[in-house]
Amino acid sequence: MVRKLFKRGYATLVYLFLYLPIFFLILYSFNDSKYRGKWNGFTLRWYEELLKDRAIMEALYNTFMIALLAAIISTIVGTISAIAIHKMSSKWKVVFMNVTYIPVMNPDIVIGISLLALFVSLNMRLGFVTLLLAHITFNIPYVILAVLPKLKQLNPYLEEAALDLGATPMYAFFKVILPEIMPGVITGALLAFTLSLDDFMVSFFTTGSGVNTLSIRVYSMTKVGVSPKINALSTVLFLGVLVLLILLQKREKNLNE
Amino acid sequence: MNERVVGLKKIAVILVLCMAMVLFSGCGQGKVNEKGYYDTLNVYNWGDYIDPVVLEEFEEEYGIKVNYDTFANNEEMLAKIQQGGNDYDVIFPSEYMIETMIKEDLLQELDYKNLSNFKNIGEQFKNLPYDPQNKYSVPYFWGSMGIIYNTKKVDEKVDSWDILWNEKYKGNIFMLDSVRDTVGITLKKLGYSLNTKNIDELEKAKEELIKQKPLVKAYEVDNYKSMMIAGEGAMALTWSGDAMLLIDENKDLAYTIPKEGTNLWFDTMAVPVTSKHKKEAELFIDYMMRPEVAAKCAGYVKYATANVKALEYLPKEEVENELAYPKGNIFEKGEVFIDLADFTTEYDRIWTEIKSH
Amino acid sequence: MNKKWLSIPYALWSLIFSIIPIIIITIYSFCKRSPYGKIIYEFTLDNYKQFLEPIYLNVLWRSILLAAISTTACLVIGYPMAMIISKTSIKKRNVLIMLFVVPLWTNFLLRTYAWMVLLRDQGAINQFLIYLGIIKEPLQLLYNPGAVVMGMVYNFLPFMVLPIYSVLSKMDNSLVEAAQDLGATSGEVFRKVIFPLSMPGVVSGLIMVFMPAVSTFVISDLLGGGQTVLLGNLIQNQFLVARNWQFGSAISMIMMVLILIAIRISSKYQDEEGGGLW
Repeated sequence: MVRKLFKRGYATLVYLFLYLPIFFLILYSFNDSKYRGKWNGFTLRWYEELLKDRAIMEALYNTFMIALLAAIISTIVGTISAIAIHKMSSKWKVVFMNVTYIPVMNPDIVIGISLLALFVSLNMRLGFVTLLLAHITFNIPYVILAVLPKLKQLNPYLEEAALDLGATPMYAFFKVILPEIMPGVITGALLAFTLSLDDFMVSFFTTGSGVNTLSIRVYSMTKVGVSPKINALSTVLFLGVLVLLILLQKREKNLNE
Repeated sequence: MNERVVGLKKIAVILVLCMAMVLFSGCGQGKVNEKGYYDTLNVYNWGDYIDPVVLEEFEEEYGIKVNYDTFANNEEMLAKIQQGGNDYDVIFPSEYMIETMIKEDLLQELDYKNLSNFKNIGEQFKNLPYDPQNKYSVPYFWGSMGIIYNTKKVDEKVDSWDILWNEKYKGNIFMLDSVRDTVGITLKKLGYSLNTKNIDELEKAKEELIKQKPLVKAYEVDNYKSMMIAGEGAMALTWSGDAMLLIDENKDLAYTIPKEGTNLWFDTMAVPVTSKHKKEAELFIDYMMRPEVAAKCAGYVKYATANVKALEYLPKEEVENELAYPKGNIFEKGEVFIDLADFTTEYDRIWTEIKSH
Repeated sequence: MNKKWLSIPYALWSLIFSIIPIIIITIYSFCKRSPYGKIIYEFTLDNYKQFLEPIYLNVLWRSILLAAISTTACLVIGYPMAMIISKTSIKKRNVLIMLFVVPLWTNFLLRTYAWMVLLRDQGAINQFLIYLGIIKEPLQLLYNPGAVVMGMVYNFLPFMVLPIYSVLSKMDNSLVEAAQDLGATSGEVFRKVIFPLSMPGVVSGLIMVFMPAVSTFVISDLLGGGQTVLLGNLIQNQFLVARNWQFGSAISMIMMVLILIAIRISSKYQDEEGGGLW
């Protein structure tokens, strides 16, 4: 009993540690003062001003657009590559896995500066496109790593059986293999989306004039004072994620029943 | 399973639509508008250094969308311009940086046919040594450096840089996270030129700053402002305009320019080589030199404007405040930074040494 | 069916965006610098020699130290947490794990910034302690290495908990039961059965935390008040302020090699394909 209580207490403390800053972030979005620290009364004006702030809205649009596109593209490329890697001889497999680990095992800052060096030496204009390319680059390996274990679990005769029964390779892929590895693909896609959304380091080095993501906006704001509008925005985002998760949970429950 | 495949197809369709959307929205920009101007302008300025309303009004008047990015110090801005890959049209460097950028061919010559408002700029700010004929830059704001302190926490007289080394204020002093400024005032404290290329003098400044480090709360460029306003910290090294802004917010704060002399600086507007739309860049610069626009910016950021016509639009007490607008020969009050060429690496090295000590 | 061609797009992509960029910075790290920071393509070892100066070795040492402290703290806090979660019912488990992932969806910079607001002299923590009467004067919580370590632990804790949890939750319970049947105490069961079996998760966790911790510049920048210079700050400074890409590249190369060595050492605990990562 004491043990159980202790465990519960410990878990509560850890979650408190995780959510305390977020709680205050949300709290200060309702504070009627531009400067933090002091509570000056309740207001909703930061939410109003948030909607009018074009720079933040653009950053938000870029952030989501890049995360979405990068997640989709890297999921497609990653899944196809995982299948190819799965079928390779072990010699090639080792080569490809090592290459796959480069972006995983390289610190973000090195990915950022090395891509910056590449883009600059190719004379590319830094902006949306370079950001997208960079994000896809660090996303693909995670998709591969999420899909590979599912491929390993796959019954190797399943595809053969389908082909023997006269299915075209494409048809066999979509009807037989893909549904089986779908959980891995979805994990990979979600992982890619999350990584993109939360990335700062790589974006910071690979963006150019006038194209900002949320992280970059916030970073430049920490140098000039972060506006409570940003708190308002993070409140909206946080609640959005929460609602989405609750909906997903409910749906799963319904499916199970 | 069939349902899943249908779901996949849906996803595929959405994906294609998304991509198409991005491609098309990308095409939406980069055209010439009905007034004959290219429709976007990339401005790269210091953080909090303009009245945002001015940008909106410019957009409305000319139909040019302004992308506004900010930097925290001159060196960061230079690095971005030199690295390339972006297309900033208007930048706001300080005087020594103009010198560097001219030497490195990073600026475009201005065409004064497009800059009719240049006449509004005060004569004493024109043709200064960093850009002798104002070929590449026009002045924006100018000012000094000094100490802002909380009179409730500091009861002695503040008139020397020495106070920043006073043990009494341990953990209550903010210094600027900017090499030239922080090292510069230390050189001044020691009685040297803040443009020294003498390695011994620089080493002495380094030792002073390492001695000071235990007293320093943070090396910072902007968060100290909200902390000083909230009454945290006793004093901070700061620029004159920021000081005026802070005093407006908290009446306990005071600003002083130490007797050993200070840095006198001029921030300017210029067109870097990255700009492909010089005409629109000059249009923007000329707009910024309109007296009422310059006055709006000065009223907002509280720095001293170099635009003498704008002074008429500003409140009298602001213009007559000698801390913001020193009277007499301003060049006696402080020394102007000059470009240090390859000696910059030495400053950078000792700065890393100080910060990582 | 031969599916090798399917790997061609990825092979090309990796070549252009993973391998060539690293080759470029390798080349930069051996190049000379012109007075104004332009790259001169002449071979030199100066950039590496420069790193051997005491200031930079000091930075290297401090980065490793702070990252090691944070990683250890994450392990000490995270392991029991992963165990607790893996022991709860499946339904609860998903919620508890989700609660670890949700903060990752709010922005990394915002989370770090939120700590700045909490830790400052007039921040919530100091005010709370003053209100309780525990302290009279605010404590200096912000702008010191402790704050930096805390920021790292806060941001990277999920990366420790998730892999350990995923190994623990897949662990075969019959092994634990067998050990218990043979008379092992719960301490022995943990030391001799559970912990060794969870090693792949622990190793992934250690890598996933150590790597971003040793290379960050944002956390030290925001919470350290510019007084804690880490490898990440040094690299960022060389690239974005000092315009010395050559030296920045050399530091990056050194950091990369360091991390590779760390991974090599720990890789004997990993599956061949590192499946324990997530």
